[in-house]
Amino acid sequence: MATVREMAQSTDNAPGMPGSDGGVQTQPPSGQPPAGRSTSGRRRRRGIGWAARAELLILIGPALVVFLAFVILPVILAAYYGFFSWNGFGTPTKFVGLRNYFTILTDPAFHEAVGHNFFIVIMSLVLQGPVALVLALLLNRKMRFQSLIRVLIFVPYVISEVVVGIGWSLMLQSEGALNGLLEKLGLGALQADWLADPALAIWTLMAIITWKYVGFAIILFLAGLQGIPDELAEAAAIDGASYWQVQRYIVLPLLGPTIRIWAFLSIIGSLQLFDLVWIIWGQYVSSTAGTSTMATYMVSNGRGAGSYGYGSAVAVVLFLISLAVALVYQRFVLRRDTAGALTHRPTAEPTTDSTTDEGKS
Amino acid sequence: MATAVIRTRPPRTQRAPGQTRSGTIIIAFLALVLIALMLAPVAYIILGGFRSNSDITVDPSGFPTIWHWENYVDVLTSGVFWRQVLNSTIAAVATTAFTVGLGLMAAFGLSRYSFRGRGVLYALFTAGLMFPMTVAITPLYILVRDLGLANSLAGVIVPQIAFALPMTIIILVPFLAAIPNELQEAAAIDGCSRLGFFWRMVLRLSLPGVITVGILAFIASWNSYMLPLFILNNEAAYTLPLGTQAFASRYSVDTAKVLAFTSLSMIPALVFFSLFERRIVGGLTGAVKG
Repeated sequence: MATVREMAQSTDNAPGMPGSDGGVQTQPPSGQPPAGRSTSGRRRRRGIGWAARAELLILIGPALVVFLAFVILPVILAAYYGFFSWNGFGTPTKFVGLRNYFTILTDPAFHEAVGHNFFIVIMSLVLQGPVALVLALLLNRKMRFQSLIRVLIFVPYVISEVVVGIGWSLMLQSEGALNGLLEKLGLGALQADWLADPALAIWTLMAIITWKYVGFAIILFLAGLQGIPDELAEAAAIDGASYWQVQRYIVLPLLGPTIRIWAFLSIIGSLQLFDLVWIIWGQYVSSTAGTSTMATYMVSNGRGAGSYGYGSAVAVVLFLISLAVALVYQRFVLRRDTAGALTHRPTAEPTTDSTTDEGKS
Repeated sequence: MATAVIRTRPPRTQRAPGQTRSGTIIIAFLALVLIALMLAPVAYIILGGFRSNSDITVDPSGFPTIWHWENYVDVLTSGVFWRQVLNSTIAAVATTAFTVGLGLMAAFGLSRYSFRGRGVLYALFTAGLMFPMTVAITPLYILVRDLGLANSLAGVIVPQIAFALPMTIIILVPFLAAIPNELQEAAAIDGCSRLGFFWRMVLRLSLPGVITVGILAFIASWNSYMLPLFILNNEAAYTLPLGTQAFASRYSVDTAKVLAFTSLSMIPALVFFSLFERRIVGGLTGAVKG
């Protein structure tokens, strides 16, 4: 799932993205000398010569063309194709209006997939967040083999979804290693059909997702923790705060922005989940096992069925759902992080008690 | 909190060393359990490759009693595996090179020039993060096919570059913006044009960001599954993830060999990541500060 990893990098997009008019320079990364910020950021040379224009064209042009042609254009095309019944060959001619959308929204299989997606969204946050937080706090201190431990914890995150999918499906099949191990440990009663049992399959999926992506959360949290100055914890320790008090009242609140951005990325990733389900359960089993997602629904009913118009319409619905969730999240959760960068009046902030309890510590 | 402070202060000085020692032991223990949990499935894949199919059937969770190297040897001597390694390498190297190249150029333009529409352009690139590949994949496939790039690595590489550009630019812009303007002015006095400054100074000064971006692009490309699944139908063009899956379904009865193939296919990303782990965490530190 490249998207999750890619979006990890977006992390400072939250302050910069919405309505960021040159908001770039106002957000230099921590640890950078602030010297460049004031000078380069406040440069105002509106009228630039032809030479500079040509330079800009050379510099930005290629990236912009590739980006527009292969990211923006396909999304626009999806919106267009979504109104057609089309097998993918020639130009779409059979205009069906909103019929594709009507079919999607009334298809019980799609409702199920949406339900699974939201289950995965919630459970990913609930399962990975606390675990990753505790582990990141523990791993953030100096210890022997620190680098080795970190690398080992990140192993599941770095290996590909295909490897993860094949390995886990071999382990979890009914004659697989997990059931064999349970047998050996005398826990044969716990043996189960981990992948095929509809009551269990989605929990199995959650376990695999947690195993695979908790490392990503830990990476982000560790990176966030590195940005918190040691002096704060030291000062608190001098004042007599215990280790856990320091974590609770100083580190955790300061890590808030990182946690909220991780949650955002996790939510978007969960809504787009495709690879793992497709590899482990495949096209047909995922719906009977109760692990289908919007993306697997899109691929099996779109390209898999030769209906590119329908598949495009599903993509649009998937996009709109993700966008709605993202906007709601940005509005209500990320707001305090972006308050400074956005045009929202920061004066409105202190009235909500959620911000004050953070400001206290 | 005030009372807690008073109560905890006296013992703290005496207890601190002992507390740290027992704390370290507990943490070491937790770390071991955690690592065991994280690595058990990986170990299963690697060790399973050393077993025979009958062993695996009889005792699926056992250790290899006799070490069978032939599974690995078979995979390593097969042309199919190496062709897929080559394909994956070409795709990953090309994606990384072009992503870093184009991203650095665009980030330089966006951070060191002031012009009308700069904010809009930057917002456009960052908005790209709201368009994950899952949403675009169906029309993207048609677009690539109509360009005649289906079944070719170029058809995978170009969209991968496009989708990697937004976060590349987001990571690199702050790095480039933080380069002091005085440096550029000094270079200009010495007769260095803005583009000359880019080649001579910027590359070196933004190296940490470039490395982070490059590693992420490389690993993302190496593990990429959905895009090759749509674009590549011809087995000669398969990258490792597709090839591994095809191998697993074709030889599904030969579990040991599937495990050997799978474990060999994950080695490059692992090596790459462990070499640069510090860089990744370090490079993200700037990015996640809210």
